[in-house]
Amino acid sequence: MMKDFSTTAPPLEVHDLTVAYDRRPVLYGIDLTVPAGSLTGIIGPNGAGKSTLLKAVLGLLPLSAGWVKIFGAPLAQNARRTGYVPQRESVDWDFPVNVMDVVLMGRYGHLAPGRRPGRADREIARACLDQVQMLPLARRQIGNLSGGQRQRVFLARALAQESDLYFMDEPFAGVDAATEAAIIDLLREMKARGKTVVVVHHDLSTVRDYFDRLVLLNVRLVAAGPTAEVFTPELLQKTYGGRLTILSDVVQSLGEEP
Amino acid sequence: MVQPWTEDFMVSFWIVVMGFLVVATCGLVGTYLLLRRMALVGDAISHSILFGLVVAFMIFRSGGTMVMFVAAVATGLLTVGIIEFIHRQSRVKTDAAICIAFTTLFAAGVVLLSVAEVKGPVHLDAECVLYGEIAFVPLDPAVEVFGLVLGPAPVVRIAGVLIGLLVLAAVFYKELLVTSFDPALAKSLGIRVGIWHYGLMAVLSIVIVSVFEAVGAILAVAMLVVPPMFAAQLSDRLPVRFALVFLHAALSSLVGYQLSVWLNCSPAGAMVVVGALLFLLAWAVTRPRRAALPDWTAPS
Repeated sequence: MMKDFSTTAPPLEVHDLTVAYDRRPVLYGIDLTVPAGSLTGIIGPNGAGKSTLLKAVLGLLPLSAGWVKIFGAPLAQNARRTGYVPQRESVDWDFPVNVMDVVLMGRYGHLAPGRRPGRADREIARACLDQVQMLPLARRQIGNLSGGQRQRVFLARALAQESDLYFMDEPFAGVDAATEAAIIDLLREMKARGKTVVVVHHDLSTVRDYFDRLVLLNVRLVAAGPTAEVFTPELLQKTYGGRLTILSDVVQSLGEEP
Repeated sequence: MVQPWTEDFMVSFWIVVMGFLVVATCGLVGTYLLLRRMALVGDAISHSILFGLVVAFMIFRSGGTMVMFVAAVATGLLTVGIIEFIHRQSRVKTDAAICIAFTTLFAAGVVLLSVAEVKGPVHLDAECVLYGEIAFVPLDPAVEVFGLVLGPAPVVRIAGVLIGLLVLAAVFYKELLVTSFDPALAKSLGIRVGIWHYGLMAVLSIVIVSVFEAVGAILAVAMLVVPPMFAAQLSDRLPVRFALVFLHAALSSLVGYQLSVWLNCSPAGAMVVVGALLFLLAWAVTRPRRAALPDWTAPS
């Protein structure tokens, strides 16, 4: 079906991953494999370590134990095949760059030190901006963008990385409905092209609709697998603990299903 | 009023040129400091560098350019290292850690300085470190290269630093941009964020030690911060901001020197005062325009 499957190594393999802040574990003994071409959602309560898992996998945080393999090798060897969409609040939107400058940063991983993006890189960046309907705003200062537009810029930058495995940290947080629809269309299109996408998500009502696989996380791994198998009242209760008030609607609707 | 120009043109000329080079160089490296929210680190290194200079003078008994640069880089990296060590090993927040690190190193420098003064001739005193004296710059022996007289040694040194800085900023534009804007992305792209951080600190140390004797530790901090703030009021584009830093350097050095002539005061101080007034002017002029912009930042 897709050409990349000749290599048997999965896009992401995590073994016994443990991360601690001030000796307090925030992620403990995570074992996880994400298969190629999947659209995986990571869900769990606040403080479950969802963002931490992404950052640990990307080498942005020191690991206390365990290892991470990207396409069967350490991240450093496959950094170019890995794309990252951080949380929008992680950067300063008053920074003196425009939309095009930010998207071009996605090309930096393909350029040797001291080399600047060339015409081909600009073409790619333009195509990526077009894909998220942001090309008309290419020259706009990033501070003058709405929340949804900022998220689209980050997605265009990720597309410009031309990676095979993407990690996205809450891309749907605080965006308008039109942007949310555009993002999910884009994710499905990426999946159709054989990309693997891992998304930290917080809205349980859209989970079944958006993701074909799920990772249920609460410091430890509660469950991981196809959405149909792991998005169950029992496992959600185990993940979110006593916080049933938030969950009651979802759990109820799940219980009503045949 | 124009007497200093007609009477002793070369003295006035070299003071203004030195002022321009100092403000431009500080402003260039300061632009990146501000983008990285590290203005306080510039303050720290400008003070702690006294310690490194005194130690270097005690060991080498000379104030040559290379000795100064090595001492500056070593002290700068030591300062940053101590700040990060304190911050990481205790619950002390970064701003307090910065203050602990640089005041301690500065104090150690003051103590060593008094000891060194007793033991031998060191061309360094606390006053020179804190205030500098740009008016003495034209008195320094001129540098000659292949029979070509370039100018007083401090001017040639800072000009060399500025040229080196421009080359580095142009060649490594993309690395400096992405590590400043989005370090997490940079790291995930395989760019060594730490190397660029410490590299910038090393360059900052060299810049500070080069402007030291002209403007001193305190005014150096103003020159790191004020020109990029001026530029930030007027443009949202990084290359334009660099050009504006140069404009600010030209205006503040020339007008500042003229002010110092009128008031018979320290030229470096006058340059900073004029530089700050330029910032206020830029802020006042662009304020109505900014207020009129639609608020795109509200979540939609």
